[in-house]
Amino acid sequence: MLLIACPWCGERDETEFHYGGQAHVAYPADPEALTDAEWAAYVFVRDNPKGPFAERWCHAAGCRRWFNVIRHTVTHDILAVYQAGQPRPVEFGLNGGAA
Amino acid sequence: MTHRLPEGGRIDRSAPLRFTYDGAEYEGFRGDTLASGLLANGVLAVGRSLYRDRPRGIVSAGVDEPHALVQVEGSCSEPMLLATTVELYDGLTARSLQGRGRLDEASDEAVHDKMYRHADVVVVGAGPAGLAAALAAGRSGARVVLVDDQPELGGALLVGHEEIDGRPALEWVASVRAELAGQPETLVLTRSTAIGYYDHNYLLVAERRTDHLGPRPVPGISRQRLWHLRARQVVLATGAQQRPLVFAGNDRPGVLSAAAVRTYVNRYAVLPGRRAVLFTTDDQAYATALDLVGAGAQVAALVDTRSQPPAALVEACRDAGIEVVPGSAVVATVGEDRITGVRISALTDDDQLTGAVREVACDLLAVSGGWSPAVHLWSQSRGTVRYDDELAAFVPDRAAQEVQAVGAGRGTYDLAGCLREGFAAGAEAASRAGFAAEAPAEVVGVPSCVGDGTPTRPRPVWLVPGEHGGPGDWHDHFVDSQRDATVADVERAVRAGMRSVEHIKRYTTIGTAHDQGKSCGVAAIGVIARLLGASSPGEVGTTTFRGPYIPVSFALLAGRERGPLFDPVRTTPIHPWHVRHGAVFENVGQWKRPRHYPRPGEAGHSGEDMDAAVRRECRAAREGVAMMDASTLGKIDVIGPDAGLLLDRLYTNGFAKLPVGSARYGVMCRPDGMVFDDGVTVRLAADHYYLTTTTGNAAPVLDWLEEWLQTEWPDLRVRCTSVTEQWATVAVVGPRSREVVAALAPELDVSNDAFPFMTVRHTTLADGVEARICRISFSGELAYEINVAGWYGLAVWEAVLAYGAHAGITPYGTETMHVLRAEKGYPIVGQDTDGTVTPPDLGMEWIVARHKHFVGKRSFRRADTARSDRRQLVGLLAVDRQELLPEGSQLVEVDADLTVVPVESLGHVTSSYRSAALGRTFALALVRGGRERIGETVLAPLPDGRTLAATITDPVLYDPKGARRDG
Repeated sequence: MLLIACPWCGERDETEFHYGGQAHVAYPADPEALTDAEWAAYVFVRDNPKGPFAERWCHAAGCRRWFNVIRHTVTHDILAVYQAGQPRPVEFGLNGGAA
Repeated sequence: MTHRLPEGGRIDRSAPLRFTYDGAEYEGFRGDTLASGLLANGVLAVGRSLYRDRPRGIVSAGVDEPHALVQVEGSCSEPMLLATTVELYDGLTARSLQGRGRLDEASDEAVHDKMYRHADVVVVGAGPAGLAAALAAGRSGARVVLVDDQPELGGALLVGHEEIDGRPALEWVASVRAELAGQPETLVLTRSTAIGYYDHNYLLVAERRTDHLGPRPVPGISRQRLWHLRARQVVLATGAQQRPLVFAGNDRPGVLSAAAVRTYVNRYAVLPGRRAVLFTTDDQAYATALDLVGAGAQVAALVDTRSQPPAALVEACRDAGIEVVPGSAVVATVGEDRITGVRISALTDDDQLTGAVREVACDLLAVSGGWSPAVHLWSQSRGTVRYDDELAAFVPDRAAQEVQAVGAGRGTYDLAGCLREGFAAGAEAASRAGFAAEAPAEVVGVPSCVGDGTPTRPRPVWLVPGEHGGPGDWHDHFVDSQRDATVADVERAVRAGMRSVEHIKRYTTIGTAHDQGKSCGVAAIGVIARLLGASSPGEVGTTTFRGPYIPVSFALLAGRERGPLFDPVRTTPIHPWHVRHGAVFENVGQWKRPRHYPRPGEAGHSGEDMDAAVRRECRAAREGVAMMDASTLGKIDVIGPDAGLLLDRLYTNGFAKLPVGSARYGVMCRPDGMVFDDGVTVRLAADHYYLTTTTGNAAPVLDWLEEWLQTEWPDLRVRCTSVTEQWATVAVVGPRSREVVAALAPELDVSNDAFPFMTVRHTTLADGVEARICRISFSGELAYEINVAGWYGLAVWEAVLAYGAHAGITPYGTETMHVLRAEKGYPIVGQDTDGTVTPPDLGMEWIVARHKHFVGKRSFRRADTARSDRRQLVGLLAVDRQELLPEGSQLVEVDADLTVVPVESLGHVTSSYRSAALGRTFALALVRGGRERIGETVLAPLPDGRTLAATITDPVLYDPKGARRDG
């Protein structure tokens, strides 16, 4: 059972949270301008790294706020927690982006 | 109690206890386990083996017992308990089991609780190392939890003759217990087994509170508690388990673990046998042999695989009159239902038999195959293990979490080493948790001791050859006696080409019985290594250790979340009326909804069945007036200047331009274009929308709105609030609904011009209740939905009933609602859709806006989503008008050959009912290219072998022009 530090409420058990998949997958500004392949990549394709992974969690049984977590997919260590809309901490990847 | 020693042991001889085993009555003492009580009465054999029906006996004195499975009777009998861990109580009744138990059909009435605790340091195991760790950590002021599975602290000290601080070790244990009890932040849990070690230092501990008191629940005390511990630091002092040895007839009753024999003699004052042979690979058996002699038993021989056993031990044995046979092995046991002798042979350096075999008579063979540190929890926490050649054991290697292993659990067997490691680890853990009272590098408080020294090197013999044949012939060399798996079985697996221990485990089932390999696991790896020609068990590696460490009952895992507390039951404010009037309920999500209201039978006649009730309810809605409790619909207030914009982006149709006071039906899609939810939304004010969802989707829709608002469009000024329970909703349906609403709401002009379809009005009802009335219809009839504060729901329901009485107003349930909506071809999300259905698949192209963007729109242009032969919602009429097509039926072509599988499916029936209005059955179905096939016939093959023909139609079967909704 992971111990997740909600940026608003502090450390809580994993059972209070919903998982939201990969973070920083922004909704395309103009979906109609995308090719089928580009749109399909947005809808269906996500990273599956072995190592640090930026992902979204929602404190569903608490403050109900979405936020971002860097979790190591092998050790489950939580390396960083930051609010939705903030860029990914630079030490865990180059891509910023608001999501 | 012929095998009970006249004195000694940690039993209370002033408290004799009577117990029954397999129908026979016996006597034991408080402090006995069922196993020690049985051995004291000379009962050694317990249950026969699962597959080969061989006699089996008690082997161990703890959780690693392979044979002594029992079912303990009680108000709810418990299967699959170990006689070696069941504490004796007066009146205990148990039966032996042949490998498998039986779940009692009686409900377990005992209360089981859950406890949650955060700790700075959790110490598992209260032997010398664990006690030392708890003491050192506790002295720093850290919040400590010490967990041990025995009724009293001490671990191995309960068995030996050690001295600590110049006193008998158990006096030191008592002083530690007293000191821990005086620490306000320290919690000591006895009779408690750590069963799981999960991510982020989360441990589960099963605490047995009343099992030792009797067969019935004890009022006021939960029987067991499941502790959820979150630890900053963990110290594992889990001890070690003694391995069996693999030789011919090693499963015969009378073959015991040498450490267990010592436990029975010293802790329980029981002599398991009177003439013993010991067979050992290390020093442990010498202590057992000497204690056996001290207790008055005869030791016929001590067989040591090592050609040069430690001189001091050999000398001590000689002094006690024990013959030590070095460089040898027991190659077979002799006897039938109990051992009567052993056959002993010398071993060559490469473990082959040499020289003559001699037979020695005995009634007990105590075996020491070496120690295996109990690395189960360590491994569950994802710590790695490595094989240590010096110790001939797998020991903890790299920690994956904030955890340290100490004592025998990491292969440290001398008492001084255990104490030193325990104190150091406890101080270190407290320091890492921020409680550094003492510099952890400088370990303080370690007492002096006299006890076990560092053992000399063992000589493991993983496979004692049989006297005849080869491994493929050794069907009585048991590797996992619980599964009756032998060396011959492992040999067959290896010859079949298996190399991985995980494959061999699954092929032979070794390690899959009740103890999950605690007794036989490492011995099995040793055999596999030998048969594979590997240099050591380390080359083979271990299988995965998984929780729970010991079997636990489902009742414990469930705790209080049983029966009505298993899942919340949601009821509407009108629920008491439904109950009083005999509604038959169905579960919709967590809600209880009336399914229909059968009329009670007249005297001598049974009541209405569902078909008759639904026919009557449907007729009322179509021909007169009917009413339904629609309070369970999800309701969300969407408020703010950008509320319309948010809904425009999430619904496929537009809401920003919806006039205030109007209602609109909407469909939401996921980004992949598939229907997610539908419902009617009302605009109450420029910045206030009142959105309804399907009953089961209320929470997911609110989550969906929140997710987009928070993560994609935080700039939108919108707030979403669930108001499902704040409003009660009564649907008034049917051609005569207008007159009922007119009477109910006298201030309201209910004429079609003043209050048209898809509008909302606020009014005060005749009895003064403020109401929000929507003119919407889920039946195709003239209909109103009256929303009032939940508080008034029941009163307004009864008012509607009263105002409609003259018109014969009829309450109806969800079944009638389904028939009415299906007759109109209205789909239900989740029943007629399944996450692969688009709005166009439902025939709703009209709801997909062309000139605005919304989530999912882009997917409609994807090739697969734009196919014309997608499964589409259609009506389906069985050719036989009375035949009901079962929901879920697959549909195939008329000329499909049902004998050639797989038969290609055209789709399936999603809804199917009997219709009073149509005078026949009808169904909705998703059919490939269905709209192009209207008028064609398809077949529904049924599980009973019949095949029903049905004709595809438009899904709207009743009032296709929609003339009835205006009354």
